[in-house]
Amino acid sequence: MIAPATYAWFAGHELRLAMRDALAMLTAGRRARLGAVVTGIALFVLFMHGLAWLAVRQFSGAGTDPDKATLVIVSGIGLLAFSLMVSQAMESVTRAFYARSDLDLILSSPVKARRVFAVRIAILALTVTLMGLLLVGPFVNVLTIAAGPHWLAGYGVILSLGAVATALAVALTVALFRLIGPRRTRFVAQVVAAVVGAAFVIGIQVAAILSYGTLSRLAFLASDTFIDSAPTIESPVYWPARAILGDLSALLPVAAAGAALLALTIAAFSARFGEHAIAAAGAAQGAPSRARSARTFRAGSAAAVLRRKEWMLLRRDPWLMSQTLMQILYLLPPALMLWRSFGDGADALLILVPVLVMAGGQLAGGLAWLAISGEDAPELVATAPVSRRAVIRAKIEAVLSALALVFAPLLLALALVAPMQAATAAAFLIVAAIAATSIQLWFRVQAKRSNFRRRHTASRIATFAEAFSSIGWAGTAALAASGQWQAAVSAALTLGVLGVARVISPHRVARA
Amino acid sequence: MTSPLFALEIRGLVKRFERPAVDGLDLRVRAGEFYALVGPNGAGKTTTLRMVAGLLAPDAGDISVAGIDALKQPIAAKQLMAWISDEPMIYDKLTPLEYLEFVAGLWGIDAKLADSRARALLGWLDLQAHAQERCEGFSKGMRQKVALAGALVHEPTVIILDEPLTGLDAGSARQVKNVLRERVRAGGTVVMTTHILEVAERMADRIGIIARGRLIAEGTLEELRRRAGQHEASLEDTFLALVAEEAA
Repeated sequence: MIAPATYAWFAGHELRLAMRDALAMLTAGRRARLGAVVTGIALFVLFMHGLAWLAVRQFSGAGTDPDKATLVIVSGIGLLAFSLMVSQAMESVTRAFYARSDLDLILSSPVKARRVFAVRIAILALTVTLMGLLLVGPFVNVLTIAAGPHWLAGYGVILSLGAVATALAVALTVALFRLIGPRRTRFVAQVVAAVVGAAFVIGIQVAAILSYGTLSRLAFLASDTFIDSAPTIESPVYWPARAILGDLSALLPVAAAGAALLALTIAAFSARFGEHAIAAAGAAQGAPSRARSARTFRAGSAAAVLRRKEWMLLRRDPWLMSQTLMQILYLLPPALMLWRSFGDGADALLILVPVLVMAGGQLAGGLAWLAISGEDAPELVATAPVSRRAVIRAKIEAVLSALALVFAPLLLALALVAPMQAATAAAFLIVAAIAATSIQLWFRVQAKRSNFRRRHTASRIATFAEAFSSIGWAGTAALAASGQWQAAVSAALTLGVLGVARVISPHRVARA
Repeated sequence: MTSPLFALEIRGLVKRFERPAVDGLDLRVRAGEFYALVGPNGAGKTTTLRMVAGLLAPDAGDISVAGIDALKQPIAAKQLMAWISDEPMIYDKLTPLEYLEFVAGLWGIDAKLADSRARALLGWLDLQAHAQERCEGFSKGMRQKVALAGALVHEPTVIILDEPLTGLDAGSARQVKNVLRERVRAGGTVVMTTHILEVAERMADRIGIIARGRLIAEGTLEELRRRAGQHEASLEDTFLALVAEEAA
């Protein structure tokens, strides 16, 4: 029996909560889905092992004395994984400050809050590491089977990266608290987390476009210019890469640095965590935001006020806007490519067509969820003398017009260089947006807007259908833009996905 | 034939979930009346009112609002009604004025008229100082008052409220009660569920007691006392006696 209020007792409590939270996210709170979830995870793990077998078997020959090119590429891939881990850790730290479900209880109890938060940071490191293990573990396993147990050192590197990512995330969030205060930290930290997660991918892509005029990241990392300008082969920068490749003398300092950094972070910040949580709680009830001026009411139909309301709510919630418009970050490289290729002819820009269609479909899905399912006053709208069909139509119009605002400038720029490709991109973007919006309509479930990040748990089928639809229309657009007849096959397959989604959806039609 | 004498008329209303929640309910509320619906937990009060407001489809029965068939002509019936639940659902990122502008737009009220009504209502409910603040930091009482202002801005014929005083402080509760009383005085009809029997006793013209999805007694407080054989008793005693009689 573990004594209450000890580190071990809190660890048990936190682990139980983390397990249940993960389970709830995976099963959407329905225990009957547990079997399907377990099967799904098993299939995913099998799929990842298969993918790993195809992707990294060739590296199994890389020994503990690799060349500089291998070290650069492995470091690049490791940095990508690390940036994603930092991003995830920052998200979790921000949630720990602002999710107040049990903070009142903890902070009002006679236990030392330092203990709770020390355990919480450690559990956070564990969850971040587990996510890394799930994605990278299959590659380590395949390499171990193919080339020997020295590849198991990869697990040590993931553990270390998880610890460093968590330490960095905690330090960054606390620094934000001190610099800009609790009111703005939530929003800024979420944006920073997303930017950190995307920065490396986008940065490499931008460098690749500027250097080689291609979107390929690997081409840039493997280029002679980049490898020549990278640090010399003896540099400690490559220790994590060497450790991944099974060099135990490199693994030891990497693992020690990770553990030390996490321990230092826990020692330095766990006592302050409680203060920051209280400050964050106070910020939520702080000085109210005021409208700029008192104006008189504007006239308009019910549809017009509904559209206006949707735009206003989106504009006024910067966190939600950052989450929704995050896809736009990924439009930066194509936009840059468009700018760089101006005058080079249409062929170089073919790659932009599926990118735009894919981003459009995804953005439409997010916005449609907010407008259709994320209605904070559903009873008010339902009791208003406006037909359900009119309400839904107004909300779809709000989504599509917001989408037009985002994509019109890019499509117009593309039209100046490659009118046919711009027309193809525009046509399939509209189709992808309508498809994503329809899926949100068929699978709508009333929810608070603040649950936006968890919207995928409501229906896995909707999530997959939306993803397959966006990918399908992007592929169809690419084939159509290059004049290939296979576009018809791709379109038929995507329509098939939509048809299946419609048949099994709970709301087949929007009833008036 | 539905008589316009009644602001709300319910006949044979049925709604089943796992078991019958509303079981052949008949209810008539006269125009200009303050009607309180009371009953034990799970008696079917909220389910009944949600069906009236158009938030839930009945399995059987008829509902008419001021002579309009609410099931066949829901839009026309909704035009005359306002619904307020115990958990006020308003938009955190809108100010009270913006919320009222939105509600007025949904009900198709002329913008100029809605503007003046909204400002008067906010003044009446002591919310003028907060009219330009976003609702995200508002207390439960303030949120409930914003929701009430939203319900009144389109001047409904029938206001339907589900436990509107739950969680309100004494001051806010009094303001809400005053506004409702004023509304009835001006000719409106209020149908309200409440578990605070004292409120029903003081405010309602007539009280309906609902148990197991059926109306078991109805009338003024005096009529209910007589029915329960409890002269001079409080509504609480009368209510408990009638519910016990029904259960027996």
